[in-house]
Amino acid sequence: MGMEEILRTTASRWMEGTGNFSDVVISCRIRLARNLEGYPFPNALSETQAKQVIKEVEDAITKVPKEMGAFQFATLDDVSPLERFVLVEKHLISPQHAENPIGRAVVIKEDQSASIMVNEEDHLRIQCLLPGLNLENAWQEASQIDDMLEGSLDIAYGEKSGYLTACPTNVGTGLRASAMVHLPALVLTNQASRVLGLLPQLGLAVRGLYGEGSEAMGNLFQVSNQVTLGKTEEDILANLSAVTRQIVDKEKEARQVLLEDAREQVEDRVWRAYGLLSNARLISGQEALALLSDLRLGMDLGILSHPSPEVFSELIVITSPAHLQFFTGREMSAAARDMERAKLIRSRLS
Amino acid sequence: MYCDECKQRPATVHVTKIINGQKHESHLCPQCAQKDQEMVSFNPSFAIPNFLAALFNLNSQIEEKILPAQSAVCSKCGLSFEQITQTGRLGCNECYSEFADKLEPLLRRVHGSGQHVGKVPLRRGGSIRQRKEIEQLRALMQQLITREEFEQAAQIRDQIRSLEQGLGG
Repeated sequence: MGMEEILRTTASRWMEGTGNFSDVVISCRIRLARNLEGYPFPNALSETQAKQVIKEVEDAITKVPKEMGAFQFATLDDVSPLERFVLVEKHLISPQHAENPIGRAVVIKEDQSASIMVNEEDHLRIQCLLPGLNLENAWQEASQIDDMLEGSLDIAYGEKSGYLTACPTNVGTGLRASAMVHLPALVLTNQASRVLGLLPQLGLAVRGLYGEGSEAMGNLFQVSNQVTLGKTEEDILANLSAVTRQIVDKEKEARQVLLEDAREQVEDRVWRAYGLLSNARLISGQEALALLSDLRLGMDLGILSHPSPEVFSELIVITSPAHLQFFTGREMSAAARDMERAKLIRSRLS
Repeated sequence: MYCDECKQRPATVHVTKIINGQKHESHLCPQCAQKDQEMVSFNPSFAIPNFLAALFNLNSQIEEKILPAQSAVCSKCGLSFEQITQTGRLGCNECYSEFADKLEPLLRRVHGSGQHVGKVPLRRGGSIRQRKEIEQLRALMQQLITREEFEQAAQIRDQIRSLEQGLGG
């Protein structure tokens, strides 16, 4: 399987719609920041050094035992701008990584559950993405990849500060764990900001769909840890899991309240979303996301019997701008994309 | 070309933003560009480095009063602490030891702690791993002693001794 096939395969493991609390927790992610000892951090790296780092990582990847799974390697300037944003929409690389391809590379596990960004903010950003609330497994997988790379790379580490990172907010464990939660009922009942507003006090941050700096769309929120130093990985994950389960409980309570007190309104909302999505001829990304959120709520409340949760995650990804243009094979204006998006959604829902 | 915002003054600032793969172009006059910048600064992705830089500066402000300004640079990457405070990014792994004194209070402020207790690298962390294990065993031994379980404590003590011999001291 080459990079082309990875790009063309729309189904990623995190989209499966399975795992713990999958009716609220769409996916969870582990990210480990690591650096090589012999080089300055990427922000202070020369072009030659950047190439050397990439070469070292590429060599380390070839030594990966087969049972760890197959990995694909590519330097980012070999990937077209459009394809890079396809990888962003698949959550395999960050928008920052896609925007600055020079001296950067990416390694992707073929089932798309793991990826490594090379020379992003740190030399290595190991990432694992799984469906549902499954942080422990994602951590084990990421940690295994970390161990395997450390077998042949000299990783910057200090006894006091732990894993050394370019930004002091990541130092120590270098671990950022996050859970993507779908909270339509908390938003509908105006409780989302109250519940999510408590998180900073618990050492957690809330972000939108595409991570740092992105807006919350489609009632999707990313909850992640802030502190990376002075706590063990197990403690960090346990804290995030416990708080996420609380959020899940609150969301489920709110869904119950909606069903009991406003059943007609909720059913109306869900069926309207279904009607619009299965009939619209032009639909913007934002509108699609909002309606898909209503649709997903309908599936989770048993109002709709189809489509499956998998379709929800897949549609969010494949109706994003880069995916639409990649699959039609041409550059499109926003208006043309709206038409293509509507067509795609109709075909998936019929 | 006139400014997209006020449509009065000539546009001299050209901004291209790529958000989630969508390209947005705007052509602005200097006055409106300034306003645009102010709006951008509310974006959380900009706020984190700024926030960090502020924390760094808080450090240096306190220190400047005590110590005369030193323009120390990292011997490995050549970055000065001033440059680090501006970007909020360190230059290399050595920066952590070169600027340890200045970083310590910042790390405490951000993380509430200055000591890593998590994962130790498998290959390179061999002796660190053993030392951590000894520390954990010592703590366990103390617990056993306070519970007056001396036989078990003695076993742990022997275990610690053999580990220490393995470390060469």
